[in-house]
Amino acid sequence: MPDSQPAVSLRGVGRRYGERVVLRDVTFDLAMGQTLVVFGPNGAGKTTLLRMLATLLRAHRGEVSVLGRALPDDGYAVRGQIGFLGHEPLLYRELSGRENLRFHARLHGVLATRVDKVLEAVGMAHRADDPVAECSRGMVQRLAVARAVLHEPELLLLDEPLANLDPAAITQVDPLIGAQSGRTRVLTSHDPAAGLAEADLVLGLKGGRAELLAPAADVTTDQIAELYA
Amino acid sequence: MLTTAFALVFFYAPVDADQGIIQKIFYVHVPLAIVALCGFVAGGIFGLMHLRTRDRRWDMRSYVTIHLSIVLAVGVLITGSIWARASWGQWFVWDEPMLVVFLIVFLLYATYQPLRFSIEDPEKQSRYASVFAITAGAFVPLCFGAVRMAEGLTHPQAATMTTSGPASVSQTFLISLIGMALLFVTLCKYEMASKNATFKLRALRRRLAGEDDDFAAPVARSAAPQL
Amino acid sequence: MRGTVAALLAKELALELRTRESVPAMVMFSITTYVIFHFGLDANTVDGDLASGVLWVTLLFAAMLGVNRLFVAEHEQGGFDGFLLAPVDRTAMFVAKAITLFGFLCVVEIVAVPAFALLLLGPPLGQALPGLIVVLLAANIGIAVIGTLVAALAIQTRARDLMVALLALPLLVPVVLGAARATAPLLDHGGAQALPGDWLALLALYDLLFALIAYAIFDFLLED
Repeated sequence: MPDSQPAVSLRGVGRRYGERVVLRDVTFDLAMGQTLVVFGPNGAGKTTLLRMLATLLRAHRGEVSVLGRALPDDGYAVRGQIGFLGHEPLLYRELSGRENLRFHARLHGVLATRVDKVLEAVGMAHRADDPVAECSRGMVQRLAVARAVLHEPELLLLDEPLANLDPAAITQVDPLIGAQSGRTRVLTSHDPAAGLAEADLVLGLKGGRAELLAPAADVTTDQIAELYA
Repeated sequence: MLTTAFALVFFYAPVDADQGIIQKIFYVHVPLAIVALCGFVAGGIFGLMHLRTRDRRWDMRSYVTIHLSIVLAVGVLITGSIWARASWGQWFVWDEPMLVVFLIVFLLYATYQPLRFSIEDPEKQSRYASVFAITAGAFVPLCFGAVRMAEGLTHPQAATMTTSGPASVSQTFLISLIGMALLFVTLCKYEMASKNATFKLRALRRRLAGEDDDFAAPVARSAAPQL
Repeated sequence: MRGTVAALLAKELALELRTRESVPAMVMFSITTYVIFHFGLDANTVDGDLASGVLWVTLLFAAMLGVNRLFVAEHEQGGFDGFLLAPVDRTAMFVAKAITLFGFLCVVEIVAVPAFALLLLGPPLGQALPGLIVVLLAANIGIAVIGTLVAALAIQTRARDLMVALLALPLLVPVVLGAARATAPLLDHGGAQALPGDWLALLALYDLLFALIAYAIFDFLLED
């Protein structure tokens, strides 16, 4: 894939839920290695946008292409290169962290040794054999981070990734999903200052419409706060 | 057309020797059953088209045909039990595979509407309904085929009855069948047109309500597909 | 595909061993139902048609319990999304779930059929066993295939338990019919008779057709 090609490219993308429109006419390009932060009040379409990029939802209008592949037709080729971290950890509660990650490793064709490495990296090696149901919210989130980066994805889709994490955990997972990870990232945030600090590009959604789309350098926190007004 | 058929039923076709006037119900019952079953199969085919094309109009067609076929199936069960009561002395006969299979098919399709209604996401609703329509649509000919092979004797077969009887029987029967099929198609067209009109009206009303059309009052959840 | 199915099966096995949600409930249900039949029919032993009917109705309803639970973990704990995010063939999910349900049914029957012989069956089981195993396997395939399809259909609905029963029972009538008719001569009070080939053939044909249908359309139930 040539580097000039955008990692994520949307052209006039829309999505309905029945008769209600949850996303309308969203257009942007995100270059490889850059970070897009999506702001917007609840119900603005942030999660829908992320799920669409993760190939879990298809667009009703417009064109979506991820890592140079058009969705949904080439979804198969993209899937193994996306790390998705949503509100749900996507882990089986009765299985241990290690068992869950082993399962995902097999689905993604990743070696089992990688599981131990990732568990170590998120600081969960000592609790890896407890059922997920017995872990605290923060620990589950750490495991979810481990799951999302297990297969070394090129593109990370993070829906409020730092929710439930304590400061120590945040520093711990930063090399995996933070700016230093070197991966292309799309993340959602409700915190204008912290979100802006991470962003290369800012997208503000309100009622499914792109109210704000600009390089992070040109955006002030007040503009973001306005979205929530 | 149907009126002609009914006129023929009463004035042209001969009265059955051992069943009397009640045999006339045959001209309603059998065409109803055949049309209803064909409607179920057609619903399955439309469902398949919906999954292939993702065009919601196919889902609408599938929904309308199945919906009307269910209505016809109720008619089949009612006319059938009246007939059975008159000629066999019982409302329902268990050792008659045709009846039992029809009842099973009817029970299966009776879950179609509740299934649609209990799925909230409209798009999922259409897709799941189509999967149901295909499965059930395949189930119908399968079961009736199996029954044909292991034929029961008490149920008068339309084919034997029409070929062995006088010509007036088969003519009347054919005309009834065609009439019923036309009625079914007309009803489908009518319901489709009415549904389309409702959606157009709703869209226009939303546009009138202002530019912010996406946030018009949400419509009540419904089992019917939405265009 | 094969690797994916293996991974899914390993996960199912681990989950069932950990939670013990399906199989023990199905076994307990079968045995309780025999007791109910004992009182309901006011009979100490049954044979022939009646025995076959009691056995199959019990197994069918026990299977419904398993069908009900089949996709609950996927639905509630994000298993669907986790699976859909992986670069794998989606039909693998159907194959794995059908094999899981088939396995559950076999394990349940290993306990429930001897229990039936012990509690209710008049003629000895030994003679009938080879034929019965063939019928059980054929019927299990049918129940597993249709059960998996119906479970996937019903999991997104609000009234899941009700939907499973309403959808699966009519679709399974031919399976129960074929299985019960094929079993009846085996449990005859005069000793086991020959296995009726035509009913078994019907069962096999039905299994095959629905396996093909389900295999072809299952993918549409997974995507959003």
